[in-house]
Amino acid sequence: MVALMIGVLTFVALFVDMALDGVGRLSWDFFTNYPSRRPGQAGILSAWVGSTLVMLTTAFFAVPLGVAAGVYLEEYAAKNWITDVIEINITNLAGVPSIVYGLLALGLFVYQFGLGQSILAAGLTLALLILPVVIVATREAIRSIPQVIREGSYALGATQWQTVRYHILPYSSAGILTGIIIGMARAIGETAPIITIGALTFIAFLPPAPVQSEPPFISFEWLMSPFTVMPIQMFNWTSRPEAAFHANAAAAGLVLVIMTLAMNGLAIWLRYRLRRNLKW
Amino acid sequence: MSAVPGQSTLMDVTMQGQRLARRRARIIRERMIELVLFLAALVSVFTTVGIVYILVKESVVFFREVPIVNFLTDTQWTPLFDDAHFGIMVLLSGTLTSSAVALLIAIPLGTIIAIYLSEFAPFRLREVAKPFLEMLGGVPTIVYGYFALLFVTPLLQRIYPELPGFNLLSAGIVMGIMIIPYVSSISEDAMRAVPMSLREGSYAVGATRFQTATRVVVPAAFSGIASAYILGISRAVGETMILAVAAGMQPNLTFNPLEPAATITAFIVQVALGDLPHGSVGYQTIFAAGLTLMLFTLACNIAGHMLRKTFREAY
Repeated sequence: MVALMIGVLTFVALFVDMALDGVGRLSWDFFTNYPSRRPGQAGILSAWVGSTLVMLTTAFFAVPLGVAAGVYLEEYAAKNWITDVIEINITNLAGVPSIVYGLLALGLFVYQFGLGQSILAAGLTLALLILPVVIVATREAIRSIPQVIREGSYALGATQWQTVRYHILPYSSAGILTGIIIGMARAIGETAPIITIGALTFIAFLPPAPVQSEPPFISFEWLMSPFTVMPIQMFNWTSRPEAAFHANAAAAGLVLVIMTLAMNGLAIWLRYRLRRNLKW
Repeated sequence: MSAVPGQSTLMDVTMQGQRLARRRARIIRERMIELVLFLAALVSVFTTVGIVYILVKESVVFFREVPIVNFLTDTQWTPLFDDAHFGIMVLLSGTLTSSAVALLIAIPLGTIIAIYLSEFAPFRLREVAKPFLEMLGGVPTIVYGYFALLFVTPLLQRIYPELPGFNLLSAGIVMGIMIIPYVSSISEDAMRAVPMSLREGSYAVGATRFQTATRVVVPAAFSGIASAYILGISRAVGETMILAVAAGMQPNLTFNPLEPAATITAFIVQVALGDLPHGSVGYQTIFAAGLTLMLFTLACNIAGHMLRKTFREAY
C-alpha cells in the first residue's frame, strides 16, 4: 500500500511540477507561432503540424499491415515453421529498443531508399515500431470471437475471406481500434528514432499544403518535406541552458502528456466498454 | 436442370462451364487474398532482417577500420577527435550504471506494488490502479527526461550540493520510476495466475496473508516475475531520451552514479544531432554502438525466455 502511494505521489508531484512550470506559456499564440530564438515568442506550430502529418503517414502504413498480419496469423496460418518464425519475430521486435529502429531507418530509408530526412521516412519508421502492438491487439481481438461464428458463416456457404470480411473484422473492430490507439499514442511520443534519422530541431516553416488551388489539387510533396515533431521540439527546449526555454519545454510537455493520456484513456475506456458489452 | 432427366443439352454444358469458371475465379481470389495477408505478416520478418543487415553491414566497415580488440578493451571513447579511440566499455559503463540505479528503484517498488495489488488490494482499487499504471506506461520518455533534469536533479542537489547538473543518478531514478508500471503489471499478471487452491492450502495450515503472499504466491509465480524483471532490464538498457537529456553526453568510464556519463543510446543521439557525413567512421560508430545494444537486449530476451521455460510451474 505504502509502495503504491509512493509511486502514485511521485507521479503526481512530477506532473504538477511540470504543469505549474508550463501552464503560463499555454496560450493561443503558443500553438500558432513558429519556434524562435526569443523564448517568449516561440511556439509549437511547426511541431504539432509535423506530428500530425507523421502520425497520418504512420497510421496509413501500420494499420493495414498490422491488421492484415494479425488476421493471417489467427485465421489463415498453418502450424508450421514459417508461422513459428513469424511469431517469434514479432515477440522479439516488441523488445527491440526504439533507437535501433532509428538506425534501421537511417541506413535503409534515408540512404538506401533515398527518402532523406522526410516525413515519409519518419512515418515508415514509426509504423514499423508500432506494428507489433497492432498485430498483437488484432490477434487478441480475433481470438476472443467464438468458433461458432465461423462455423455458422461457413455453413451458409461463405468463403474464408467472406467470413473474415463480414464477421471476424466487424466483431473485432473495437479491440483492434484499442490496439491502434495505444500504438499511435506510443508513436506520437517517440523521440529517439526520429532524432536518429536526422529530423531538424529548428524548423520555421510548414510542409507544402496537401491541397492546392490548381490541378491536380492534391499534392504529396509534404511527404518528402523536412519536419520537426512535438517531442523533438521539447527535447530542443529542455537541453537549452536558459530557464525561459524550460518553461516552453514544460508547456510542450504538458500538451504532449495530455494528448497521450487522452489517447490511452480512450483506449482503456473502449476496452472496458467492450468487455462489459461482450456477451456471446 | 436439364429438360429431360439424364440427358444433357448444350445449354447445360455451358452453364456448368460457367459455374466451374466462377468457382475457379473464387478460389483464385481467395488464394490471392491469403497471399496478400501472408506478405503483410512477413513484413515483421523483413524488419528483423533489415535491422540485422543494416547494423552488420555498417559495423563490418567500422571493424575494418577499428580492430575488435580495441573496441572491447580501449578505455577511451573519442570517435570524433583527431586522436580517435573507440572503447565501447566507456559507453557500456554509463549504460550499466544508470540501468543498475533504475533497477534498484523499479524492482523493489514494482514487486511490492504487484504483491499488494494481487493479494491485498480490494477489487475496486485494483480496477482503478491497473489502467492508471497502464496509462503511465504511455507517457513519452522525453517528458521523463524533463523531470530528471529539471525536477529530480535540483532536488538531489539540495541533499547533496556537489552533484553536477548532469548525472547518472537522477536519470537512473527517473528511469526506474518509468519502468515500475511495466514490472508491476507483468508481475501482477503472473501472481494472479497462481491458482486459488494454493492460497487456500496455505491458509489451511495456518499461514497469515502476508506469509501466503511472500512464501507461496511469489515463489509460485517466480518465472513470470523474473521475466518482468528481464523486460525491465532491457527497457532500461535501451532507454534513450532520459539519459540524453539528464545524464550528459560526455563519455566517461565510471561506475559512480554521481558523475555525468554518456550511454550507448545517448551517444547515438549526440551523433545524429550533429551533421556527420554519410559513410565516415563517425557515422559507422553509431551502427557499431547500435549492434552492441541490440546484442545486449537480445541476450536479455533470450535469458528471459529460458528462465520462463526452466522455472515454469504448470498447474
